[in-house]
Amino acid sequence: MSKMTEQGGTLLLPDETPGTGNGTVDRLRRGLGVFGRQREATILVVTVALLLYFGLTNPTTFVSRTNAVDLFSENAAPIAIIAVGEVLLLICGEIDLSVGFIYTLAPFIMFYLNVYYGVPALLAIILSLVFGLVCGWVNGFLTVTLHLPSFITTLGTGFILGGLALYLAHAEPKSIPPATVGYGDWLGASPWSQTIWAVVIVAIFAVVLTRTRWGLHTIATGGNQLGAREAGINVGRIKYGNFMITGVLGALVGVQTAFYLNDIDPLAGGYQPMFYSVTAAVIGGTAMLGGSGTIIGAGIGAVALSTLIDGFDVVGISANVVQIVFGGAILGAMIANVQLTRLRERGRT
Amino acid sequence: MAAQAPGTPESAQPGGYGGDYGPLPGGDALRAEHIGKSFGAVTALVDINLHLGRGEVLGLLGDNGAGKSTLLKILCGFQRPDSGGILLNGEEVTLRSVDYARSLGIEAVYQDLALINQLSVYHNMFLNRERVRWPLLSNKSMRDTARTHLNEMGINIPSVDVPVASLSGGQRQAIAIARAVYSDAKVLLLDEPLAAMGAKEVAIILDLIGDLKRRREVSIIIIAHNYGQALEVCDRINLLQHGMITFDKQSKDTSVQELNDIVVAEYRRALQERQRS
Repeated sequence: MSKMTEQGGTLLLPDETPGTGNGTVDRLRRGLGVFGRQREATILVVTVALLLYFGLTNPTTFVSRTNAVDLFSENAAPIAIIAVGEVLLLICGEIDLSVGFIYTLAPFIMFYLNVYYGVPALLAIILSLVFGLVCGWVNGFLTVTLHLPSFITTLGTGFILGGLALYLAHAEPKSIPPATVGYGDWLGASPWSQTIWAVVIVAIFAVVLTRTRWGLHTIATGGNQLGAREAGINVGRIKYGNFMITGVLGALVGVQTAFYLNDIDPLAGGYQPMFYSVTAAVIGGTAMLGGSGTIIGAGIGAVALSTLIDGFDVVGISANVVQIVFGGAILGAMIANVQLTRLRERGRT
Repeated sequence: MAAQAPGTPESAQPGGYGGDYGPLPGGDALRAEHIGKSFGAVTALVDINLHLGRGEVLGLLGDNGAGKSTLLKILCGFQRPDSGGILLNGEEVTLRSVDYARSLGIEAVYQDLALINQLSVYHNMFLNRERVRWPLLSNKSMRDTARTHLNEMGINIPSVDVPVASLSGGQRQAIAIARAVYSDAKVLLLDEPLAAMGAKEVAIILDLIGDLKRRREVSIIIIAHNYGQALEVCDRINLLQHGMITFDKQSKDTSVQELNDIVVAEYRRALQERQRS
């Protein structure tokens, strides 16, 4: 009994939060407390502040329908959708650097299947998503079954996919196959469709993460992999699954963006969407340490990033400055994240 | 070498031992025959023969690194033995996974507790056995049940909603044990269940084991370091040394003194051998 000194027999009493006796003030204070404890609170406040700032300083240009479509559908939605996959992977202790290249290649798959092989438009679109699923499976196979670190796995598969896109397309853009245009409106061509997709996907996966076995086991896998295995959780299956979800979402965004821009570009995608979505995840409150994260936070984080990109654009500040701000935001968010966690653990009973 | 050959009739006797705990129902709940396990060049278990009567509480003692935890991880399906077989209620079983062993009613509390710090107390208590109303978790039902069980056990925690990370070592251990006990297990394997605990928590867990023992519905193997506690709570004591069971006696027929003497004698002998070579 060497460790008996620790907390020898001091069991806590059931909690009784002392009230002030004033019902409304009490409720308000408790409400604020609950809000403050949500990891998404910080990023939400920052995002609203950014939107207000750019909106108030540029009432005509920033507050316009065109700009709103730019901000939400063109910028925020793709980041948010990919961030959903990255959050799931970051929580279970992995990362996918290749997702942006799945994004690049997926619309080409659709193009070649439809135009060269005569596959019906809808089936070609579905198969391009299946392609994303298969890419995710390969990432899972290399990481889980062959035990490569996912950083290396997806670095390698990312290069391969990016190279394949350039090779197949002879480094030339393709136009959207006419047969698929009808589906394009639903997927991404109409101004708000991508935003709607993003909101729905974020909402669904927020529920998956917090209210289903899959989400719980994803957290368990990243929080304590050995413990999760000891509890009988098949952690390999969880990781495979989350790589595959990320792959499909990457392919979806690739196809959507192609429709939105009305162009299939072998130089679209790449590392940028991946880095943006990891940034959104981190500033939204997902630590890269595994075991915790929030999908809603990443969604709001995507809006924050897009507000910066779009806002600086409207104001006329160069995109290069935006990168400096991003760098600062990532570091600031991470410092807050790590230090708050340390504070919380020091204050532990 | 006092190891009993497997199949000795003693375990099948409806023995009257165990003081006021009443007789065992008889028969073996679990039997391990000639279990061997190596990790690369390191041989953890050489030839383990062990039996656990129905409703019996067996104490497994031994030095650090003797292979106790490895044996437990084999018996609960986490690791596969290199050789030997396991019989559950007299039938040979291959424990191919923790899930499968659980489905057969074998439940373990590991030394590292297998708790997820980031998850709430009640999610930990239902880890991988979550109540679900598809597709969503039935959080309310799990929360209520967890609270009821912990109250029944007399374990006070501020709330079942707090993450396990915020609890003390003893509280965490109590939760890991509660999780196993309330799983309807038929065979319970506890690896150092009292290690990080304060006096009050030790009493709570010993009472709980005593209670299970009185009902004689669950068979329990306890890995322990404290010989006194082991003798107090166990029906029978096995000693695991250099990968084999070297000692097997009823608790009432042995003493802390005898167990100490064996372990110390073993240590001296090993020391002399090393000095001679």
